Amino acid sequence: MAVTGAVLFSYVVVHMAGNLKFFGGPDSINGYGVFLREFLTPVLGYGGLVWVVRVVLLLAVVLHGTAAVQLARRARKARPVGYAKRPRVQGGYAARTMRWGGVILALFVVYHLLDLTAGVLNPHGVDGDIHANVVADFQHWYVVLAYTLAVVALGFHLRHGLWSAVRSLGGTVRNAQTVALVLAVVVTVGFLAVPFSVFFGFVR
Amino acid sequence: MKYTLRVWRQDGPTVPGRLVEYTVDDISADMSFLEMLDVLNERLLLQGEDPVAFDHDCREGICGACGVMIDGVAHGPEKATTTCQLHMRHFDPRKPIVVEPWRAAPFPVVRDLVVDRSALDRVIESGGYISVQAGAAPDAHAVPVPKPAADTAFEAAACIGCGACVAACPNGSSMLFTAAKVTHLGVLPQGQPERRSRALDMVRAQDDLGFGGCTQTGECTAVCPKGIPLDTIARLNHDVLSAVARSS
Repeated sequence: MAVTGAVLFSYVVVHMAGNLKFFGGPDSINGYGVFLREFLTPVLGYGGLVWVVRVVLLLAVVLHGTAAVQLARRARKARPVGYAKRPRVQGGYAARTMRWGGVILALFVVYHLLDLTAGVLNPHGVDGDIHANVVADFQHWYVVLAYTLAVVALGFHLRHGLWSAVRSLGGTVRNAQTVALVLAVVVTVGFLAVPFSVFFGFVR
Repeated sequence: MKYTLRVWRQDGPTVPGRLVEYTVDDISADMSFLEMLDVLNERLLLQGEDPVAFDHDCREGICGACGVMIDGVAHGPEKATTTCQLHMRHFDPRKPIVVEPWRAAPFPVVRDLVVDRSALDRVIESGGYISVQAGAAPDAHAVPVPKPAADTAFEAAACIGCGACVAACPNGSSMLFTAAKVTHLGVLPQGQPERRSRALDMVRAQDDLGFGGCTQTGECTAVCPKGIPLDTIARLNHDVLSAVARSS
């Protein structure tokens, strides 16, 4: 759980940072897309790196989900008879929503890939024309809403996940809860910057 | 004061149980929760009914025998308090109090509020010991213990094995209990020889006994009457991972 989570988190950070190239204009973000595909071309071929990353991520997501299902099944087996009265648990909202939050994220990833990778669900949907695709997307309030919900879910998932992963790997970090919260907020804000600046017309 | 209780009654391990409503009168604010149950039981006995079975022993918060789910919270609403040390002044007489046994597959209900917690003994047997030369008592200070290690060990050794962590955990995991034992032995010089095998063996034992997996929700620490910190779980994971790394 922690190891695959760490893989996914590193990708999320790079992805978020890469997204900020959007603010550099069409050439910047579209060029970044080309750069990612050209990177290591002599070794992997054009677009090779992208596919390597995709395979690694898919593997990480599958293993992450498998571990989550195993934990959930063990939890159910460990308490076959529930409590008649069970008030809101004392742990945080983030900890309680890890499982369903994960499902929401998985569904979002499918939509996100169809939208901005395959372009099938994108109003513009031209391969390689990233800037225009993104701008076309976030003209619609419901697209912005879907992305906002998913990114906030990601924030909560990271809020508990980061802190929990450190402990699962045997580490104790001073103020780990605060560090996890700050990282979660940074990732959330970083991702939301693009849709909101398009929606409110800061970037056209 | 007069309280309404909804108490889990179950005649035996294989018989289905149910919540039964009782009213108890003449309860003083200074009575403990168990003394309140004593008052109920005396009345039930006088009426010729079976008293409510519950575990208790020292009644001073150090033995770990008592412990029930009170309104869905292990050991009730007060922090760092066992059920026997919980006073009735913390309860509003207008609200019914739901009293249930610990719920976990490895803790089968024996009767009413009594559960069989010997699964925790099985976890201890699997590694909760140190190997020493038996015989005469060792000289004091023969093995120097650094003060920080002594403090951490003592904090973890405060675990009374009541099982509240398991009862509170949404996953039914005994991780905090095991972590407390692994920490208490593992930070002391005397515990070093078996440090890694102990962690691995105890985690395997708890998994085999049917306890759930830890997801660090922190419910355990919140209800722990001895306030065992969640950091002990990180230490346990550290020892388990280094044991796995060494064996492979």
